Amino acid sequence: MNRLLPLVLILASAPPARAAVNVVASTEDLASLTREVGGDKVTVQAIARGYQDPHFVEAKPSFITMLMRTQLLIVVGRELEIGWLPPLINQSRNAKIQPGSDGYLDASLSARILEIPTGQLTRAMGDVHPLGNPHYWLDPENGRRIAGAVRDRLAKLDPANASYFASRYADFDARLSAAEKRWMAAMAPYKGTKIVTYHRSWPNFCERFGLDVMGYVEPKPGIPPSPSHTIALMQEMKRQNVKIVLVEPYFDLKTPNSIGRETGAKVLVMPPSVGGEKEITDYIKLFDYDVKLVVDGLKAAGAAAR
Amino acid sequence: MSRSSCRVLLFALTAVAPRLLAQTPPAETPQQPAPPQPVPTPTPEPTPTPAPAPVAPAGSSKVFNPDMAVIGDFLAAAGRNRTDNPPPSFELHEAELSLQAVVDPYARADFFFSYSPEGAEVEEGFITFTSLPGKLLLKAGKLRAGFGKVNTQHTHILPWTDRPLVTQNLLGGDEGIADAGLSLARLLPIGSTFLEATAEVYRGESGVFQAPQRSDLSYVGRLRGYRDITESTNFELGSSIAYGHNGITDDTTTQLYGVDATFRWRPLRRAIYRRLLARGELVWSRAEKQSGANESFGAYVSSEYQFARRWFAGARFDVSGRAYEDVPKDKGGSLLLTFWPSEFSQVRGQYRYTKLGTGETNNEFLFQLLFSIGAHGAHTF
Repeated sequence: MNRLLPLVLILASAPPARAAVNVVASTEDLASLTREVGGDKVTVQAIARGYQDPHFVEAKPSFITMLMRTQLLIVVGRELEIGWLPPLINQSRNAKIQPGSDGYLDASLSARILEIPTGQLTRAMGDVHPLGNPHYWLDPENGRRIAGAVRDRLAKLDPANASYFASRYADFDARLSAAEKRWMAAMAPYKGTKIVTYHRSWPNFCERFGLDVMGYVEPKPGIPPSPSHTIALMQEMKRQNVKIVLVEPYFDLKTPNSIGRETGAKVLVMPPSVGGEKEITDYIKLFDYDVKLVVDGLKAAGAAAR
Repeated sequence: MSRSSCRVLLFALTAVAPRLLAQTPPAETPQQPAPPQPVPTPTPEPTPTPAPAPVAPAGSSKVFNPDMAVIGDFLAAAGRNRTDNPPPSFELHEAELSLQAVVDPYARADFFFSYSPEGAEVEEGFITFTSLPGKLLLKAGKLRAGFGKVNTQHTHILPWTDRPLVTQNLLGGDEGIADAGLSLARLLPIGSTFLEATAEVYRGESGVFQAPQRSDLSYVGRLRGYRDITESTNFELGSSIAYGHNGITDDTTTQLYGVDATFRWRPLRRAIYRRLLARGELVWSRAEKQSGANESFGAYVSSEYQFARRWFAGARFDVSGRAYEDVPKDKGGSLLLTFWPSEFSQVRGQYRYTKLGTGETNNEFLFQLLFSIGAHGAHTF
């Protein structure tokens, strides 16, 4: 470290216009959106992998080293990372990224959040998120808002490149809008289709694309499937003629598969994040993949296209 | 610095106290799409549209309350134990109250109060300065000393219902080395290896160290290295040293040397269903007495395997001499089965066999119920 110290000082004192802003994002989705806006003026690393349950990441010491050097930490917020990120931030020895600093960006504060509970909450409800559903990045409109917040924050940290970030954002916005038209058109025939999901990961996605989540494989958020709940769910699925079950890649397929066998519904492993499958390398490809998966699944299951 | 947990997430998914939400105006039902609305967080951030209704200011007085949690540790025991102090049939072994919050832009504070049949005490209570220059992290207060792994861990994150024999015999009993003092830790990352050096100084009033005079401080040093082998496996190696007066006479001291190794496996795609942790700790002790010194050695090797979403099986082997007695080593072994109804409660059974150096053997069955309410901060790795 002592030998590295002069190097660190040189890097730190370099003019900000030259040095890329070092960003750590808690998930690959936020990392992808940051790359869209930041281009080659940022270096971005993600902590959680796209095929990993973002609620249950291990607070490994290697992440402390990652956070120690970063200038901007972007988090999903809404307590998604509460089980692992706070000890990493505490041990990062990095004053820049402490909550409340310019180097800490809670992406959820610019997004539209669903399922904010009202009234009394207890843990009898399972792992309910008291600040609302944290899977909000699964609505492209929220992706746009997050990208906007990242643009503003990068401009604050690196004012010399503000116009660069603004034009990158405008370009991303245009590409996202074009892609959205495509996705909406593909999903339009299935508006109002009832589906079942494993966890409550998809309210924003389903609201945007007109799907109706009729039930969950989990009896309560974070509580593993129980036989009685599964039986009741299957009966209801048959009654309402539900054709697909969406499962996040990090959940066991045993219960979903037996639901599928019993009800004839198709079980689709649907990645909720960038990196969830090899070909999902950025935010727009995530929706390309997921929309195609749902549309193909509904077609194959013979859901009536209205 | 090396407070660690093999089950990082036990009790870790916490909820902000419901009181925060009780203050949120019922502007919309959960089914309806909610307009962007600032929730009462201490971080002011611009929102794209103005809030539909002002957030009740009454909440602000409580927003700064610390995260509060209580963890109950209920223990039951049956079988044969001929020692002087066997665990009772039923016992609320410990109720731990934790209060944790950020102090100011430079520090945070963590308090852990322990209520047990022996009485109430501050198990830990310290301030952590998070914004020091030079990659330093400073803690001041009463701390569990960073000697090895198990000494830093609170009872509720242990993978057993008890503590290993080496803790009981060489590190000062159930509580281990916990004392008032300072801890300074520095990161020394070398490439992709995480290295951390910790230096601690204590008053000298714990199970091991007793200072006859104010100037007789005790010292703990630790160096630990961590490396990711793959994205699912990692290895950690630590060495520790401790020195201080032991209080037998005015001049007698105890030296402790420890080595610990931990291997972890947790496949990312199946992280909530499968994991393995294997750990061993070795401790050498040299304790001076009125005449001469007693040298002893103790160790444990433990492993825990998660074989289903809520089920863990584990085993531990113990061997340990005694700090001041030159008797054959105490030996023991345990088998464990743990069930998690949720992240906030845990049921554990432990079969424990002990063969004491003095000849007696104990065969016991221990049963533990751990349950937590409130918001308990996530544990470090």
